[in-house]
Amino acid sequence: MISSVKSQLQQTGEVFRLFQQSLHGMFTAPFYWGRLFEQIIHLGIGSLSITLVIGFVTGLVMTLQFGYGLAKFGGTLYVPAIVSLSLVKEICPIFTSLLIAGRIGSGMSAEIGAMQVTQQVDAIRALGTSPTRVLVVPRLLATIISLPLLATLSSFVGILGGLIIAHTEFNMPVGFYVNKVLRTIKLVDVFGSMAKCFFFAIVIALLACYRGFKTSEGTQGVGTAAQWVVVRTSIIILISDFFLSKAIILLFE
Amino acid sequence: MENILEVKNVFKSFEGKEVHRGVSFTLQEGETLGLLGPSGTGKSVLLRSLIGLDIIDEGEIFYRGKRIDLLSEKQFCQIRTKISYSFQNGALFDSISVFENVAYPLFEHTQLKELEVEKRVMEILEVVNMADARDLKPSDLSGGMQKRVGLARSMALQPDILLYDEPTAGLDPINVEMVLEVMKKFKAQGFSGVFVTHDIPAALKICDRVVILKQGKVGFSGTISEFEKSTDPFVQSFLTGL
Repeated sequence: MISSVKSQLQQTGEVFRLFQQSLHGMFTAPFYWGRLFEQIIHLGIGSLSITLVIGFVTGLVMTLQFGYGLAKFGGTLYVPAIVSLSLVKEICPIFTSLLIAGRIGSGMSAEIGAMQVTQQVDAIRALGTSPTRVLVVPRLLATIISLPLLATLSSFVGILGGLIIAHTEFNMPVGFYVNKVLRTIKLVDVFGSMAKCFFFAIVIALLACYRGFKTSEGTQGVGTAAQWVVVRTSIIILISDFFLSKAIILLFE
Repeated sequence: MENILEVKNVFKSFEGKEVHRGVSFTLQEGETLGLLGPSGTGKSVLLRSLIGLDIIDEGEIFYRGKRIDLLSEKQFCQIRTKISYSFQNGALFDSISVFENVAYPLFEHTQLKELEVEKRVMEILEVVNMADARDLKPSDLSGGMQKRVGLARSMALQPDILLYDEPTAGLDPINVEMVLEVMKKFKAQGFSGVFVTHDIPAALKICDRVVILKQGKVGFSGTISEFEKSTDPFVQSFLTGL
């Protein structure tokens, strides 16, 4: 029990140390712009279609369910406000972050883990360069840049999906829906959502890279590392979402 | 000749298991030193310690008279451009081509223009007879070819010392000869080297001196002819493996 706690604390300390080294790497030379763009394309553009599909379908389903559910109480008119607020503040940031944790986080840790077990990480060091600068900083920055944008786009198409269902299924005028959404969603809601994604991005990229570096036991270790990242990041995202939401409410509402 | 590298009384252990218990040796400018020993005696660990990939517990390591074992990871980066490491499996970056692998240290540590880098990389690839493979990925190469590209990458910056970690292990005789030819060319160009190997014939062909590790210490140290003439049963057991 004590050794497990000690090991957890040690891991946490190592993750913070990696974060500190990454921050230093972000603001000092050399900086690998090419690798950053490569990662943004891989992570951001590569995840765009699936993120948009999820956002759009979620908007469709939520509008359908809320529409029929609230109709029983004569509350159909509230659908645009409820759907858009839910999508922007909670559903899209969380869904997108969990998707990125699964798709990108596991991929990152597997990639770095494979490099670790084949001594490529050692080779980076042996060639006089820093694995943190070469591998972690571009991935961390790419995730920080891409995740909030992906979540925002996902919210946008989700609201669009809601509009389609509200108009076709509940005969709601397009102007009314758009007006309701614009009146409901404040800029602070969008920024709050982006702030949450910013934090989730750090968690995903940092844990993925950290676990990649810690990979041992050959190819089996690579699989285990990927699994570890998905489980840990998902739990952290879901738990921290509550506290972040509470903090944003306290600060801005 | 000047001692380019000096290892003094090095101790290293992993999770309580002692690997080195006071290892000392020197490497002179221009010579190739064979580092031999039974499996598990920490030859590769010692080689890694020389450039700070593993940190020693006790002892001192000097490069050109300057103590380097206490350097930080950042300070070691500079030393690693002077002391280069060739990994046992090549450790090539598998997402980029042979050319890009060899060009990597040049782009990182020199101000050479792209055309100059290309010229330099092609010269090195010619030396290791891999110029035709410049656009191939490491996964397209055989084990021997990967090792030769690894050697090419490690000598790209024209280091003072090349550390070879079992470059002939697992290769067929033809590939062994090709790798040894490359090492001979490096030696002829004046590079110093430390050659970790179990391949005694290869060590006899390449090395000027030999150090044999035994139970965490230096069990034998001498020139190649002293090694061949030694009557020490431990040394003999290595030679009779011929």
